[in-house]
Amino acid sequence: MCEETIATLIKDIKSLKEQIREKEQLLAAHLKVQSNVPCKYSEALQTNEIARYSRQMLVDEVGLAGQISLKASKVLIVGAGGLGCPAAVYLAGAGVGQITIVDYDEVELSNLHRQILHSEDDVGASKVHSAYDKLHSLNRSIQIIPLKMHVNSASISQLMSDNSYDVVIDGSDNVATRYLLNDACVLNKMPLVSGSALQTEAQLTVYNYNNGPCYRCLFPVPPPPDTVKSCGDGGVLGPVPGVIGCLQALETIKILTKSDGVLAGRFLLFDGSTSRFRTATLRPRSPECAVCGHHPTVKELQDYEQFCGAGAHDKVVSIDILRSVDHINPQQLEKVLEDSLVVDVRDQAQYRMCHLPKTVNIPYGEILKAEGAKKFSDCLEAAGKREVYFLCRRGNDSQRALDHLKQVFSGSNVNFFNVKGGLEAYSHNVDADFPIY
Amino acid sequence: MDIKLEFGGGAELLFDNQKQYKITLENKKTPWLIGDLLFWMKDNLLKDRPELFLQNDSVRPGILVLVNDTDWELMDTVRYEIKPNDSILFISTLHGG
Repeated sequence: MCEETIATLIKDIKSLKEQIREKEQLLAAHLKVQSNVPCKYSEALQTNEIARYSRQMLVDEVGLAGQISLKASKVLIVGAGGLGCPAAVYLAGAGVGQITIVDYDEVELSNLHRQILHSEDDVGASKVHSAYDKLHSLNRSIQIIPLKMHVNSASISQLMSDNSYDVVIDGSDNVATRYLLNDACVLNKMPLVSGSALQTEAQLTVYNYNNGPCYRCLFPVPPPPDTVKSCGDGGVLGPVPGVIGCLQALETIKILTKSDGVLAGRFLLFDGSTSRFRTATLRPRSPECAVCGHHPTVKELQDYEQFCGAGAHDKVVSIDILRSVDHINPQQLEKVLEDSLVVDVRDQAQYRMCHLPKTVNIPYGEILKAEGAKKFSDCLEAAGKREVYFLCRRGNDSQRALDHLKQVFSGSNVNFFNVKGGLEAYSHNVDADFPIY
Repeated sequence: MDIKLEFGGGAELLFDNQKQYKITLENKKTPWLIGDLLFWMKDNLLKDRPELFLQNDSVRPGILVLVNDTDWELMDTVRYEIKPNDSILFISTLHGG
């Protein structure tokens, strides 16, 4: 009964919020018409605008002219995540006239420590709508356009041919989207404020501005896919993208107000673990660059997933490198825990966070080395078991570990099995108390 | 010749998870170029999987090399002649957000 009530309440609140959002959009449209009356004591701004933006207009870098520029500007923010959220907050606060925010994802509980526009009530809702609600309540006099869409060559081409953005902010989470946004910005002559973060480190620069390099000038060839780590795998401390998202807003304001000192042709590195910022001088725009050079070969947007050999998202794709007989379902795991060796191959940090009882932890990275294989055979001997089950977060690394050890111990009388879908599947199918992270 | 090597953005994982190394390069007949240093690093520091750091006598795509906080592209890349007390930073680019 209680669960039913909770579910109904959640559903009702969601629908009411939807209604409120619609009514607010209507109200905003009406207010916009009504409030377009200039202040009789100012040449360009309204009374409340002068009061609201006075603190930044008093700064030389902005002034009246800068504020007018901000009001007339259009900014595209790609990604309503750890970078996009703080960037959007400061740009909305600063009075940028039109902010378009694009993301396809829905809010998850694991986003909340860094994606500061989303709150507990938004879990399950689309990120752009959650972002819209907060930004709109911060500043009703500007236009916020939430776009829930996949970012790909077709959608970005369309968006950029329909709109002329003064600045594009890259707050995305994958390599393919970074190349796509770079090329789109070069082809449409828009500066790209690019930030990225992982664990305790972050990077920031402005591409395609003031004769500075573009992303391809620096990185003509994409990195090998297995060298790229996502926040979901490597982790990230919330304030680290927070710092860079704030700086992306600052660089954007500087570009829009035509201030000197924009971080183009320079690369900022932030290491949160030592609280160190350093700025490096970059090469200029490369005449040989495939997209912004003298003889470009990239004249329209490409298939960037193919170019990078990786999907335009930061999700893990399931693999299947074993025969079906080598798998068991997580539902069968409980029965075998007593009589077999169950090896959890996640790294130590993940294992410590949560694990099934009666399992041993030998990280996949160790298994690939001689000492890991030795540790495995010691465990096997100590347990005196002939059946071994491999387990990990989603069921990919466990297959790789199994495949490797099966070769190392070929000819032995040990039977190897993989737990299909890993601990995520265990949580879905056996016990929802096991955390999905 | 004493120099400093630094790693960031995850490149340190290939070097025993250590972000800084102070190293001494033995004198040799020809000047030490960064290209020579890369092979020295492969032989002396790189723990495993050299292909995640090196490719075709240079660093793999996605690693930015900074010599005293300047892009090595402005310093003739692998042909740059290393000076005493140089600080050479190998930074792997990040993509998360």
